[in-house]
Amino acid sequence: MDALDLARWQFGVTTVYHFLFVPLTIGLGVFVAGLQTAWHRTGKEHYLRLTKFFGKIFLINFAMGVVTGIVQEFQFGMNWSEYSIFVGDVFGAPLALEALLAFFLESTFIGLWIFGWDKLPKRIHLATIWIAVIGSTVSAYFILAANAWMKHPVGYEVIDGKARMTDLWAVLTNSAALAQVPHVVGAAFVVGGGFVLAICGYQVLKERRAATARRNTPSVWRTPIRAALAMTAIAGAVVAVSGDMSAKLLYEQQPMKLAAAEGLTHDTAGAAFSPVPGVEIPKLLSFLSTNDPNAVVQGTADIQTRFTEQFGPADYLPNLPVVFWSFRVMIVFGMATVGLSVLGLWLTRRRRGGGRPQQELPTWFARAALLALPLPTIAMISGWLLSEIGRQPWTVQGELLTAASVSPGVSLTEVAISLAVFTLVYGVFAVAEAVLIIRHVKAGPQPAAPAVPLIPPSRDDQTADVRLQPTLMY
Amino acid sequence: MELTTFWFVLIAFLWIGYFVLEGFDFGVGMLAPALAGNEAERKQVLGTIGPVWDGNEVWLITAVGAMFAAFPAWYAGLLSEFYLPITLILVGLIVRGVGLEWRGKVQHASDRVWCDLGVLVGSALPAFLWGAVFADLLRNSAVAALVGGALSLSLCVLHGAVFVALKTSGPVRSRARHAAMIAAAVALPTAVVALPNIPVTDAVAAGWSAAPWLWAGALASMAALAAGIALTWRGRDGWAFAATASSIALGGAALFGALWPAPLPGLTVAEAASGPYTLGMLTWIGLIALPFVLGYQAWSYWVFRKRLVAEVS
Repeated sequence: MDALDLARWQFGVTTVYHFLFVPLTIGLGVFVAGLQTAWHRTGKEHYLRLTKFFGKIFLINFAMGVVTGIVQEFQFGMNWSEYSIFVGDVFGAPLALEALLAFFLESTFIGLWIFGWDKLPKRIHLATIWIAVIGSTVSAYFILAANAWMKHPVGYEVIDGKARMTDLWAVLTNSAALAQVPHVVGAAFVVGGGFVLAICGYQVLKERRAATARRNTPSVWRTPIRAALAMTAIAGAVVAVSGDMSAKLLYEQQPMKLAAAEGLTHDTAGAAFSPVPGVEIPKLLSFLSTNDPNAVVQGTADIQTRFTEQFGPADYLPNLPVVFWSFRVMIVFGMATVGLSVLGLWLTRRRRGGGRPQQELPTWFARAALLALPLPTIAMISGWLLSEIGRQPWTVQGELLTAASVSPGVSLTEVAISLAVFTLVYGVFAVAEAVLIIRHVKAGPQPAAPAVPLIPPSRDDQTADVRLQPTLMY
Repeated sequence: MELTTFWFVLIAFLWIGYFVLEGFDFGVGMLAPALAGNEAERKQVLGTIGPVWDGNEVWLITAVGAMFAAFPAWYAGLLSEFYLPITLILVGLIVRGVGLEWRGKVQHASDRVWCDLGVLVGSALPAFLWGAVFADLLRNSAVAALVGGALSLSLCVLHGAVFVALKTSGPVRSRARHAAMIAAAVALPTAVVALPNIPVTDAVAAGWSAAPWLWAGALASMAALAAGIALTWRGRDGWAFAATASSIALGGAALFGALWPAPLPGLTVAEAASGPYTLGMLTWIGLIALPFVLGYQAWSYWVFRKRLVAEVS
């Protein structure tokens, strides 16, 4: 165990953790903005209640996304100073642009949204949440463009041992980025939609346990369920198509990752696809990678031989079992989520069985909907493990090895301390956030507050809380 | 002006903006338990920074991002050199941000105590450590780090107290002015010790003859600090805030002046800089975007310009 290993663990732990919050910020943010838009356009009170109910979960999560994101920007310089010096000219640009063009928007307008309920005209206030959400999505684009450059470096030349950018446009329209952005942002919407679906499923179950007699009263959850199902299904299609694009790019840009994901050892013409070990679909891998069932797909051992000739002797294999299995977990769990949402859309369609206007959500599906929370999250984490562990042993594919990227002046002890501190703090906050969200979901949406408090405000702090709750203020 | 010079100045501007803006955020976070006697007053105090602290923090993110893009070796050297202090700063920013955002979302008063503790510790850690890191960078001594940390910590408390006085009314406001006086009793002597030490730059940058300007900056910073204290005494909250902000800005300008042209020992900006293509492209995008950023951030301060009262009292 040396500083390099710990630095890698630290990057993995902090980045996976950060990405637990990011997709909800994007996906749930758009959902909340949509609910508020519905309230703005229809004036129906239950949309406002839902906006505030989901808005509060969104904000609990948003805070975690923001603070864990700060670590991300700093740790390149802290743990990976050689990497930073090598890539800064190219890689730093999208990070600087992300801060300037996205983070300022996001942070300023989220503040205006939280505190502006009774200070801004309704229309402007609605615009603030949309602008904040757009800021989040723009930030995803820039960071994914930076990340894509590590896998498929473009628009640069190496001068005096440093990458120098020659074409910013090429970096921002990197083919790897253009496939990755819809894949990851789409996945964020699947996670956001699944999250809403699971909460609605829980609420429907609770409602039915509480009042079996009132089964036919229109539920406040019907609209968010339908919206979440549609969001998950549409985003799922985007994820699938862009995932296919990514696979075809891997064939050209990162053959080692593709081979590792498939467990393909030797160069093979008409390579078969094996969803689980033991089952093989002939020629499917070649077809998926190139649209040609007879194309040659490179294998890990043969790529190792070629890389040794090209770059000198070293171990160019990523962690094969991790890459192989994370690929499968990603596909199975992701597809299960999307399948669930398509099934849900069918079950809740209009005019089923004797002209009833709206089909009620079956109770068994409300139970199954609870799975829509963990499934896409696990799929997404697996996707990142596939993507980043599959890139090893490179930080910049073909240019810079991970072993040469680490900070030379940072000791094992220092990395161990920061890894321990971040893991501890992150662990505590993970539990706290889960407890906070569960309590809030259990409490359910609050009735909209009357314009004037019915009871004269007392000195009691609790009363003040109740009165302030609807503005989502402190 | 050369592009590398321009980017050094721009990064200095972003850091100074961060010190001025998050300076009062930190101060408010540290003072909240002292200024507020009950939950309504705590809401009042923290409400002064509630809508804006996150946007203020992005000044840091942008400053560091700009360093990464424009001077990769400066970015990498600074953060890996001051590894453990930076780790603690990050932990501080994490617990503080979460505390601020969650304290209105927890159900129990006991949970809110944890949030307030996070805000307090998470404000004090970076407020002290930023000063310590930059003082150590300049003078390379533990004593300097302590004095620098004490200066930035006390300046943040003073700046925050003046900000609370400006943004609130009622008993909290008078307590804030009182707290400002106590903070000033620490900040002023610390400044008198620390600021004149900024211009001694021969070890850092041989041949750079800006010492007179740095002296002027340090003296102007002290003068603004003294003016801020006097104006707070006289109850001129707005002018007092302008003065403490100027004091931090002038001190920051002297600091970055002393870091020119070698922001790290043995590393000049020319050696650290990215290529002219990258700097040129970022300059264009930055010059177009920055006015909008400053505009909407100023607008958000305008929206929340009113003094806050304790909601239930």
